[in-house]
Amino acid sequence: MNLSLLLDMVRDGLGQRILLGSRHDGMTGEDLHRRSVGGARAVRDARATALIYVGVNGPAFPLSMFAAARAGVPLAPLNYRLGDDQLAQLVRHHPGALAVTDPGQFERVRRLGVEAITIGQWLDRTAELAGEAIDPPEPSSEAAIIIYTSGTTSAPKGVVIKHSNLVSYVIGSVEFGGADAAEAALVSVPPYHIAAVANAITNLYAGRRTVVLDQFTAEQWLDAARAERITNAMVVPTMLARIMSADGDLRVPSLRTVAYGGAAMPLPVIEHALRAWPDVDFVNAYGLTETSSTIAILGPADHRAAIAADDPDVRARLASVGQVVPSVELQIRGERGEVITDGGPGRIFVRGDQVSGEYTGAGSVLDAHGFFDTRDLGRVDRDGYLFIQGRADDTIIRGGENIAPAEIEDVLLGHPDVVDAVVVGIPDDEWGQVLKAAVVLRADSAATGELLREHVRARLRSSKTPDLILVWDELPRTETGKLVRREAVKRIAAESEPAGV
Amino acid sequence: MHAIVGQALSSVTDTTAVIVVRAPGADVEITCGGKPMVDQKAGRPLDLVPADPAFAQATKLGKRYENATATIELLCTKGGTSSLAVDGEILAIKSAKPLPASD
Repeated sequence: MNLSLLLDMVRDGLGQRILLGSRHDGMTGEDLHRRSVGGARAVRDARATALIYVGVNGPAFPLSMFAAARAGVPLAPLNYRLGDDQLAQLVRHHPGALAVTDPGQFERVRRLGVEAITIGQWLDRTAELAGEAIDPPEPSSEAAIIIYTSGTTSAPKGVVIKHSNLVSYVIGSVEFGGADAAEAALVSVPPYHIAAVANAITNLYAGRRTVVLDQFTAEQWLDAARAERITNAMVVPTMLARIMSADGDLRVPSLRTVAYGGAAMPLPVIEHALRAWPDVDFVNAYGLTETSSTIAILGPADHRAAIAADDPDVRARLASVGQVVPSVELQIRGERGEVITDGGPGRIFVRGDQVSGEYTGAGSVLDAHGFFDTRDLGRVDRDGYLFIQGRADDTIIRGGENIAPAEIEDVLLGHPDVVDAVVVGIPDDEWGQVLKAAVVLRADSAATGELLREHVRARLRSSKTPDLILVWDELPRTETGKLVRREAVKRIAAESEPAGV
Repeated sequence: MHAIVGQALSSVTDTTAVIVVRAPGADVEITCGGKPMVDQKAGRPLDLVPADPAFAQATKLGKRYENATATIELLCTKGGTSSLAVDGEILAIKSAKPLPASD
């Protein structure tokens, strides 16, 4: 199985549809296919052993993905915001690569000793070399894409996403050509995020045109959504929060579905969105880079049922990530590795064809039964709804008690003045770790850290009340809105140091 | 034939090609147009063989076909004019219950 197969099908059945870019002058399925053949020739001619992509998302990204697939080499999209040292480290994993870069990244990448071509040149070259179709060589790299995890707690790891992971995921969850010709997707995630990979492929296979907004602002998003008559949008929670806070008219008449994921969605934001856009179907998609994409979905009916429910258990589901997809098995395991089936909390393990379970240089990390340890904590309710309770690595141990920061963060976020919150453990000689927090407040708020401590104490035990709550303008988050906890820990530790002599 | 998930098969009667999405444990005879399909790696014979008229319905690109017991599922990767069958049973298009677009 090779990704190229999917693009061959798109060319055969959806070739005339515009699938990338604007409805006026975008690239058709046929164009994309032709150019991917040209791209594969270019890779072959350069004798490149991998294709690196250092730039913003746009049509050149899926083009590169399929060119690499057809050439039988992996694609490694890299974060162009990385400093030279970090970028050099990642590039070193791919000696002999050809890099497709934004114009502004070209010199930098070349200085790292990599053969490079700008996106503009790449678009020309792939068109020039397009010709009779070629098949991926035998043998081909099993690895289709290498995604370096954002490493919010440690150095980035390269997740090996195999052709088989992606093809089985797409075939199992998307109906070929299932999108009607009016559908259009708006995407604003960077190409080095797994969501961009999955999104590009599923939209192509469904026959849904994809428009990329490479610099997100709420205003530009709303403009693009209206101008391109977007029907499907994929957002991360921080984007939805900003859209909901934008001035002016929030209506997007063409919008039918909004899918979100990538980080936890604050309840107030999704509740606001459900009310602001009552005709839109909302989908919460939970997945990790290592699972190639979505493994659990909270669908539109679930969202509507939850917001309308009197039953608190049903209402609570709005904070869940829904039910596991049919092709994936999920287990909650306790500390001794025992499987928990009574709805209690534990560590989330998953198994399925779409689960990569492989890191560069480390081989498979699947356990003896083929399960992957997500390192996420969670529980499953009696009807199979999965609730994520934070990363295992983020668990704070204070005086021998395990404390999940997510629990306290949720309480802080429940205060009407709190817009964002992080709770961390700071080393302490007496307690091992003590709890401290930082929040971002609404502009007109008069709340203080002390007031918020009381808010927490009134709802949780005093042992779960942070010793200190700082007020910041913003929390350290990645481009896709994931909280960078180790940054928060550093800053909170520095700011809460007793004044030096 | 012992069908393996991910295996690509070609018809010898028409242009139909499939990949195996789900396979039963046991050996089965997978046919198109009434004639056994061949592994794509072996290559399609240059001359197509006429299809058995009982197996001459179109197979549609992108559709998934399964038997009544759902032990075998084939995804059509190239459409054609002959019917897919397993051990003589003509396969039906699997009804799509797609997940909401989530990526």
